[in-house]
Amino acid sequence: MAINHLAPEQTEQFADNIVGFARALRAAGMPVGPGAVIDAMSALQVIDIGNRSDVFTTLEAIFVKRHEHAQIFRQAFNLFFRASEEWKHMLDSVPLPEQAKKKPQAGARRVQEAMSQPRMTETPQHQEQDLRLSVSDKEILQKKDFAQMSAAEISEALRAVERMHLPQAELLTRRHQRDPRGLRLDLRRTLRASLRTGGDIIDIHRLGRIEKPAPIVALLDISGSMSEYTRLFLHFLHAITDARKRVSVFLFGTRLTNVTRALRQRDPDEALASCSASVEDWAGGTRISASLHNFNKLWARRVLSQGAIVLLISDGLEREADSRLAFEMDRLHRSCRRLIWLNPLLRFGGFEAKAQGIKMMLPHVDEFRPVHNLSSIQELITTLSQPLPPHHRSLIRSAA
Amino acid sequence: MNSAANSSGALPASVDAMLELLTSRGYLAERSLATVTYLSLRMGRPLFLEGEAGVGKTEIAKVLSAALGRKLIRLQCYEGLDVSSAVYEWNSAAQMIAIRMAEAAGDTDRDQLSSDIFADRYMIKRPLLQALEPDVAGPPVLLIDELDRADEAFEAYLLEILSDFQVTIPEFGTVKAPHPPIVIITSNRTREIHDALKRRCLYHWVDYPAAERELAIVKTRVPGISAKLSQQVVRFVQALRNQDFYKSPGVAETIDWATALSELDARSLTPQVVGDTLGALLKYQDDITRMQGDALQKVLKDATSEN
Repeated sequence: MAINHLAPEQTEQFADNIVGFARALRAAGMPVGPGAVIDAMSALQVIDIGNRSDVFTTLEAIFVKRHEHAQIFRQAFNLFFRASEEWKHMLDSVPLPEQAKKKPQAGARRVQEAMSQPRMTETPQHQEQDLRLSVSDKEILQKKDFAQMSAAEISEALRAVERMHLPQAELLTRRHQRDPRGLRLDLRRTLRASLRTGGDIIDIHRLGRIEKPAPIVALLDISGSMSEYTRLFLHFLHAITDARKRVSVFLFGTRLTNVTRALRQRDPDEALASCSASVEDWAGGTRISASLHNFNKLWARRVLSQGAIVLLISDGLEREADSRLAFEMDRLHRSCRRLIWLNPLLRFGGFEAKAQGIKMMLPHVDEFRPVHNLSSIQELITTLSQPLPPHHRSLIRSAA
Repeated sequence: MNSAANSSGALPASVDAMLELLTSRGYLAERSLATVTYLSLRMGRPLFLEGEAGVGKTEIAKVLSAALGRKLIRLQCYEGLDVSSAVYEWNSAAQMIAIRMAEAAGDTDRDQLSSDIFADRYMIKRPLLQALEPDVAGPPVLLIDELDRADEAFEAYLLEILSDFQVTIPEFGTVKAPHPPIVIITSNRTREIHDALKRRCLYHWVDYPAAERELAIVKTRVPGISAKLSQQVVRFVQALRNQDFYKSPGVAETIDWATALSELDARSLTPQVVGDTLGALLKYQDDITRMQGDALQKVLKDATSEN
């Protein structure tokens, strides 16, 4: 028999096998709950479990809830239910992804840093000086380029970034809720209230549109030329991911990685660590055109469908700048509500779009902003929290 | 055999029977799809189908309802879908008239009035509530189409309905389905559906069919087509799917294209006829532009070569 250890008459071992398989899947990083195990057992009772492919489909339909996990499942299934092998030995050899092997320890870095802090050895004189300078220090910090900050200043800036709150840029939806100043009559509630007075309408209840924040999609360049900025931006993106529901974050260098789930973790250190664990091309070269192509093809329809604002954070220094780059930028621009390009190169006063890549990209953005110090991030937040004009794009296009 | 499953009509008794049932209605399913459909019927679980547009996700609900002789209730999702258009709504105008009538008749019993007003006959039932109602032919097939278009709030609302098959209406009470409907949920993945909802369903990714199956599908759905042309059509489409298009053609597009070619009395694929009808296959101008000149010649040559 092809899958001998699934023999239905040996109920105990049969259950053991399913539980063991579920554990193997969990170890491989798939979210498999106990409910799914029970489902799997009852499902296997209604199909012919002599047919290996039916068993495969059945277990797949129950354990796999995302298309991305199908590959992991297939491998695990083939390993686990290999014919005539002791399954327990197989369990040990199921390859675990890097992440599962060693979990980054939350806050490890901060603990280390705290331990290595210099003791309070400064003289009181110094402290006085510090106090006097603190206000203007803050001002300097606001304007200082991230790339030129010392370690202490960076940690100060990180704290400032974490404190920033993104007010919700509101979008009107087509759903309604009770709102005394709403424009629509809530007939159902009005009628119900009228029954209390025997059918006379005294109170008119109203409905207003529900508002919700527009989704934000960030595409962050992590190539070598951006390395001084990436950590801070990641902190910024983590802060807004934490506060807002619909934020998706992608990192790209030579390839595109979706780190939205990694950034969802509460602790910033843990979130950033699992972010960098999932990226293979940290601080390498840039292939903006190819990365945008991948984004447009695989993700655009999924994350931009509800009127998203796109933040493209990149210096635009692309080596393979050709017409494909302009094409992909145009496609991206056409599929989102608003495309904001944040470029740290804009810190230089006399910045001119000379690089070929930048020239290609510039005609396709709604806004081109600097983002190299705290005050420019603050300005960005102000912009994002303003209500968006619905048909602003055609205006900007014709003006450009 | 479980008698409960058979009492409500002729549910297929095995995966093979399911496959046969679908085939008899012209739906040539992969065995894996037949397996999960069979399981969802037997286990009374909603079936969650994901996949690219045009691979036959919606079609299976239609075929299922026709083959089992059940009513098909379709809920097309869109952003802003709310309870009053998905579940129920009160017919306020009729209620108001009823109140005035009661007044005119000198009826002053408030409780009586209230229970009269919120009665079944003033309720406008929308798809989800309709699906919970008993039907003589057996529980209906409920198709929740393109769930990814609805917003998260609606998804959360569905959780209750899909796990208990009941709806609570404040003025009326709880409506519970005597037999749970057969639920098919489809999504094109324009956004991710929450795991909580997927957990309550059997999940299946519907892929593009292999060449052989697609050929069989074309022959079934476009009866007049010649063997030669149908083979070329399928080879051409399969070659297109290997290319890096913004939107690859689905099975629905293949059938459309084959129908178009058959309407034009084409005998075989020529650059001229392909150029004229490419719009039935590719729906983005960029993709169509890419499929001109040499690129078209090459794919066409492969598709029409005899081997």
